[in-house]
Amino acid sequence: MSVEPKMPKCWRKESKPHKFCPGCGHGLALKALGMAIDELGIQDKVVFGCDIGCSLLAWDFFDVDIVQTHHGRTTPVITGLKRANPDLIGIAYMGDGGGYAIGSQHLVNAATRNEKITAILVNNTNYGMTGGQMAPTTLPNQKTETSPYGRSIEETGYPTQGPEMVAAIARDEAYAARGTVANMRQLKGFFKKALQNQIDGNGFSFVEVLSTCPTNWRTDAKGTWKYLEEEMTKFFKVGEFKTPAAKGEQS
Amino acid sequence: MIKNLLQGEKKVFMTGNEVIAWAAIAAKADIMYGYPITPQNEIMHYWTRMAPKAGKKFLQTEDELSAGFTTIGGVLAGKRAFTGTAGPGNTLMQEPVSMAEMMRLPMVIVIQQRGGPSTATVIYSQQETNLTCYGGNGEGLRVVYSTATHQDLFDYTIKAFNTAWKYRFPTFVLADGYQAKMRESLTMYDPKDRGIDMVPVEPILGKPGVPGIDRSPTHIRNTYNTEEELYDVIMSIAQDYEKFAPEIIEYDEQNINDAEIIIISHGVVSRAAYGAMLELREQGYKVGYFRPITLRPFPAKQLFNRARQAKMLIVVESALGQLAKLVKDAIYGCATPIENLSKPGVGIISEEIVERVKTLLKGGHFNVS
Amino acid sequence: MSNLIKIALAGEGGQGVQAVAEIITEAAHEDGREALYIPNFGVEQRGGVSIAFVQISSDQIRAPKFQKGDIVIALSERAIIRTKQYVDQNTIFVYDKSITNVEYLPQNAKYVLGIPAVEISKTELHPRVFNVVILGAVVKATGVISEQDAKNALEKKLGHKFEQDSNLRELNYKALQRGMELVEKVI
Repeated sequence: MSVEPKMPKCWRKESKPHKFCPGCGHGLALKALGMAIDELGIQDKVVFGCDIGCSLLAWDFFDVDIVQTHHGRTTPVITGLKRANPDLIGIAYMGDGGGYAIGSQHLVNAATRNEKITAILVNNTNYGMTGGQMAPTTLPNQKTETSPYGRSIEETGYPTQGPEMVAAIARDEAYAARGTVANMRQLKGFFKKALQNQIDGNGFSFVEVLSTCPTNWRTDAKGTWKYLEEEMTKFFKVGEFKTPAAKGEQS
Repeated sequence: MIKNLLQGEKKVFMTGNEVIAWAAIAAKADIMYGYPITPQNEIMHYWTRMAPKAGKKFLQTEDELSAGFTTIGGVLAGKRAFTGTAGPGNTLMQEPVSMAEMMRLPMVIVIQQRGGPSTATVIYSQQETNLTCYGGNGEGLRVVYSTATHQDLFDYTIKAFNTAWKYRFPTFVLADGYQAKMRESLTMYDPKDRGIDMVPVEPILGKPGVPGIDRSPTHIRNTYNTEEELYDVIMSIAQDYEKFAPEIIEYDEQNINDAEIIIISHGVVSRAAYGAMLELREQGYKVGYFRPITLRPFPAKQLFNRARQAKMLIVVESALGQLAKLVKDAIYGCATPIENLSKPGVGIISEEIVERVKTLLKGGHFNVS
Repeated sequence: MSNLIKIALAGEGGQGVQAVAEIITEAAHEDGREALYIPNFGVEQRGGVSIAFVQISSDQIRAPKFQKGDIVIALSERAIIRTKQYVDQNTIFVYDKSITNVEYLPQNAKYVLGIPAVEISKTELHPRVFNVVILGAVVKATGVISEQDAKNALEKKLGHKFEQDSNLRELNYKALQRGMELVEKVI
């Protein structure tokens, strides 16, 4: 007899257990997203796009239609889909490299055009799938494979502040927030608001998720959690940065 | 109320870019995604003027990567979606096209070739032949129609949507800056009046019903974990490509049965090649004309059979050996000598071809009657 | 292809050579003949010499550009320099007489004709119809379209303006007439 852990209804049982590393935050982020989809009752409308990098391992994660795209290109694929069929609910799911480096132009322009899609970006401060290189979100002095002596601020700048940037450039109808897998209830709430903003036809919604990467961080369970809750939050403030005014209300 | 913009047959005189916009309307295209680059801009200009009147859409993206990937999004939603680009934009476009090849997505791309490499000129060239046929990190499993006239632009833009949706390969209409900017006459028509049915489209993602309950979810990917998995996928795509190729291949040949010299050209250059062939025939030379219309798949067998009967082939192109490469690949094993008239980034006229043929004959290398 | 006529028109931006090319080719198309017109274009949106390549024939036209024109019209000094390459011993070369520096005029043309189109449009007509004077010159020099076809084409292109001001129609027709006369005189 096996005991089945409780899963969101829209999770695809056949593809579980999932393929992420033990201790990886993707599973938690996708759990919060699954619950949000369930609670909003939109499983039949969602088209989920995932990027390259660890996010691609979600290509068969849900009982929703899924397209796995190229590195950085999930935002335009979902944008094109949503423009062609506005009845669908498009989710672009990517990592920090996909959203803030190779696909940053797509994120910026989708936000400024107020595309009616939901972009979710999982921030684990490194390129996980390729073996732990420095990412736009790598913390100052953090050691990675391409910053073996620690990230030098002088040479490579500060970690990207994604939701803050989106909040600054997007229209009043947009939604921007940063959640964390350390607070699942709050994260699910952010996802629901982001998706609701799309359902309402208001505009762009963006949620960054602070996540974990024990494989590349080379941390144990305690160290992983400490890094997420104590180190990352020094640079990445959790909360909402832009909540939408309803259509027509903006100044 | 959606207005039917095209009614009955109509003889018109317009630029090639305008023709493409009209052809896309005639083909019942739903949405165009695009990024400005010369010389394809007016496709967008005309489309954006006509599209709202016909209930169609347009999105101007942040670059050609986005134009290609949003086009893919439109296709996934089950719409006839297309984009247009040129030169450096075509370089970027190869990334989304390679995804469309892997996932068998029926995207349509119009290319108005300009000079290369790099930014070069915004005017004209045939230097995007290699790129359009074989760009991306794969084997070039796409369809490429090379057009020569405004009538071709209209006919093959319509056909591109049908080929893409019937066979599920990304499909290019390969033209150039001359064709984009010049005006000449053509006949526009509603495809159904000519018995051309548009191949029906359907959503690839987001079909009705709750996935996992009413139907299986559709999960499509381009990433594979093992060599064997990838091998099976590629071979199955390649097998389909081989299987469909005979139905897709198109070419034109004139005065070829007794030809001792065959002029081989594609696209707008074939207009000059045809004129040169007629001129040389008038002067008593046994010259034939061969024009591949599909560059992918290439009419290899057809050309091989003609080439081995001839004493000399002359490949004429506004590029430095790009068509010649396709030709050599197609007729491997045929011993007939191949000569060239190659002018990268520059137009070619009939007189030059006539002169080149005569010079080659005077050289006495070939024993031609 | 013996009835193929090749025309190159060149001038400064604003002199309206592209509009002349458009009118001639559309008129030929309306008349049931094959016409092909391509402008030169580059990375500059403005400035530079503007050239229009026009071909008219009873048969399908081959390459969009050509090496030598049957008639080459250059309306500025820079246009003369730029269009010399399209001239050979069969070419009728037309330039505007307001160009005083004649050292660049082609020596190998069949005829070199100077016409005072700038002056006449300024003094007798209106500078805005300068290119219609040129249109008249082309019509006369080539016989490629009839005077009536040219008038119809003007009507098609400018009819909405003629509606507002009927003097404009008169002015344009007169410009066309004067252009034809100028060539008639020198030939």
